[in-house]
Amino acid sequence: MLKKIRVTLSILLFTLITLYFLDFRGYLPEWIQWLTKIQFVPALLALNVVVLVALLLLTLLFGRVYCSAICPMGIYQDTVAWLSKRVNKKKRYHYSKAKNGLRVIVLASTVVAFIFGFTLLVGLLDPYGAYGRMVTHLLRPAYLAGNNLLASIFTAFNNFTFYKVSVYIVSVSSLVIALITLLGIGYMAWRGGRSYCNTICPVGTLLGFLSRYSLFKVRINEEKCNACGLCAMKCKASCIDAKNRKIDYSRCVTCFNCLESCKRNAMKYRPNVPWKKKRQPRIVENQEPTGSLDASKRRFLTALLAISIPAKNLIAKVGSESPLSKRAFKRQTPIMPPGVPSIDHLLQKCISCHLCVSKCPSRVIKPALLEYGLGGMMQPKLYFDRGFCNYDCTVCGDVCPTGAILPLTKEEKNHNQMGQVQLILENCIVYHDETSCGACSEHCPTQAVRMVPYKGVLTIPEINPEICVGCGGCEYVCPAIPFKAIYVEGLTMQRRIEIEHDEVKEIQIDDFGF
Amino acid sequence: MSILSQSFEAADGASKYDLVAVLGGEPEVMFRKAITEMGGMSNFINKGDKVCVKPNIGWDQPVEMGANTNPKLVAEIIKHCLDAGASEVTVFDHSCDDWRKSYANSGIEDAARAAGARVVPAHQESYYKSVSIPKGKSLKNAKIHQAIVDSDKWINVPILKNHGGAQLTISMKNYMGIVWDRGFFHANDLQQCIADVCTYEKRPVLNVVDAYRLMKTSGPRGRSLSDVVLSKGLFISQDIVAVDTAATNFFNQAREMPLENVTHIRKAEELGLGTTNLEKLRIGRLRV
Repeated sequence: MLKKIRVTLSILLFTLITLYFLDFRGYLPEWIQWLTKIQFVPALLALNVVVLVALLLLTLLFGRVYCSAICPMGIYQDTVAWLSKRVNKKKRYHYSKAKNGLRVIVLASTVVAFIFGFTLLVGLLDPYGAYGRMVTHLLRPAYLAGNNLLASIFTAFNNFTFYKVSVYIVSVSSLVIALITLLGIGYMAWRGGRSYCNTICPVGTLLGFLSRYSLFKVRINEEKCNACGLCAMKCKASCIDAKNRKIDYSRCVTCFNCLESCKRNAMKYRPNVPWKKKRQPRIVENQEPTGSLDASKRRFLTALLAISIPAKNLIAKVGSESPLSKRAFKRQTPIMPPGVPSIDHLLQKCISCHLCVSKCPSRVIKPALLEYGLGGMMQPKLYFDRGFCNYDCTVCGDVCPTGAILPLTKEEKNHNQMGQVQLILENCIVYHDETSCGACSEHCPTQAVRMVPYKGVLTIPEINPEICVGCGGCEYVCPAIPFKAIYVEGLTMQRRIEIEHDEVKEIQIDDFGF
Repeated sequence: MSILSQSFEAADGASKYDLVAVLGGEPEVMFRKAITEMGGMSNFINKGDKVCVKPNIGWDQPVEMGANTNPKLVAEIIKHCLDAGASEVTVFDHSCDDWRKSYANSGIEDAARAAGARVVPAHQESYYKSVSIPKGKSLKNAKIHQAIVDSDKWINVPILKNHGGAQLTISMKNYMGIVWDRGFFHANDLQQCIADVCTYEKRPVLNVVDAYRLMKTSGPRGRSLSDVVLSKGLFISQDIVAVDTAATNFFNQAREMPLENVTHIRKAEELGLGTTNLEKLRIGRLRV
């Protein structure tokens, strides 16, 4: 029964969170985004105290329910492990010793790296973020291709329920990392069930500390147990030492597979209630030797301090040297998604789950390579090769579960400057060819680029970077080849701009005019 | 009208006018009045025709901004087409802003669907077909949306706006929403390309200029309501040069805009697409 509840719940949550990443048409109700906000690391980064307290309490009461039902990476591993059992029916798990040294070292180094501003490690290891990248870079292209196939079929019958979307690789580096994650964790799950969760995953290790003390546990009735070992064969966490009738609760992910396997009904998921002590079997927990660990912890931390200083060789303001020939622009500072107050904020808060990359309707967010430094690898930046940031759109900030991209209202977004327009006049069509253009100004929502009288009846762009929001409409659309005449330079800090509007004047037109 | 009879078989003399201008009413009311004066929609649409109605749905802007064609006008035109026996009416535009948002927030998607049209996407190159533009000077070929290429008749429904580059965007400039590669236009003498694309052999059977609101400044996207004038006008003609000339003169009352500044209009006249000499035409001037 307990197992059924766990399986049902986990499949449900897993499906919903995956679909949430994929749903580019916004069919799913908005509350589903809570599935990303109740993930442990996002809640921690967003300082979402309510969720954190709830997750910790959940663990203290019922064990690592988070790992078994909420974490999408956990359920991915369960799926792989289940498949491996289908392929090899004789497959059995067996108890293995806890690799607590490794667990603590990984957790500690992640924490220390994070404290010193090197968020990449958390980003790489956090199971939610890693799963998000797998969906964004591996599953989503397939999903979009499937959509396009349906669109082709339906459109052939004059049905426009589906529409085509472009399918392309957003970022090769993130794709490779997602692939390595998929294969690496997949391999571990195929071989040994939840071994990622119980060796590397920093969240698993942390919750494992708590789950030793949780109220409800799978407890062995030593009087009934004959140490047959059936339970251990079913234990995907390899945490049941059947011979000694012990369970390593720090690794137990409360999957309840053992409960059903026991033929003698010797296992119960129940609290350790003192007044039933007489009937209670003696529980022996797997105690960890702590002294030696502390020493290794300390050594590792010291070593890590030396290497984890983030590479912050960013940010040189663009020079104002006057150009001489048709030239390409080079963005000096990456453009952060709207609502990221500063690069430091982004570096600290973003674990690169790439939900913003998946959800951006204009598809202008992509993972950075080294523009933010090594520590900011895979964190989101804007690029305008395929589109530009919609003036009124606030999706990325609305969905960001870690608070790296803070939510903006439409009014705030309209006045949020994430970059400043730069004009390279000698590349401009009007200047160069002396023909009309105005594509840049056409797209500019604030008229930071406006067309002013030039030769004869021609108009030429004039920029006012002060009122530029940095949406990139001008850069995207500028038709000058090979080098664009207008682009957006990023800022290390986003800021609010004031845009003055003329008063609305009533103009009456009573005549035809011809 | 020699120009018209060259291009259209539909003009069978049932219309008293070459161009009808209406002032002072709601968009749908002005259209009803105008189309009646033009001899009714059945003068232009035959039974069984596959019709494409092409409004301006360029921008993610609400109706009040006057950045997109008025949805009530679009809906009214669709109804008239269906009443005239059109087998289907298709609506699209190659939007500049995110097409999903532009279709939805312009109000056109819902209004057109409710009126019985099929609203089709235009954001992917695969929806476009290559055609040649033999009479073009700068533009020799283009990819035009299949909804136009495969249609029997199409109706051009622009909105009157200021445009930073082309000075005004009216019927001819609205053609830029039927092509895939707009960048080519901008990079190869925009004004000439606008005139060139209008020589594409399949001409609209009607140009209906929505001037219910006109955007006098900061066009074509618009910044704030101060850019918009509630001008309550509508112009309709088969002659694309004439209707754009009339609309330019109308616009000139809200903000100075000599016809000479909107150079694609003259260029189109030179290509034989119509006349800027409104005095030669039979013009109906009506008020609601």
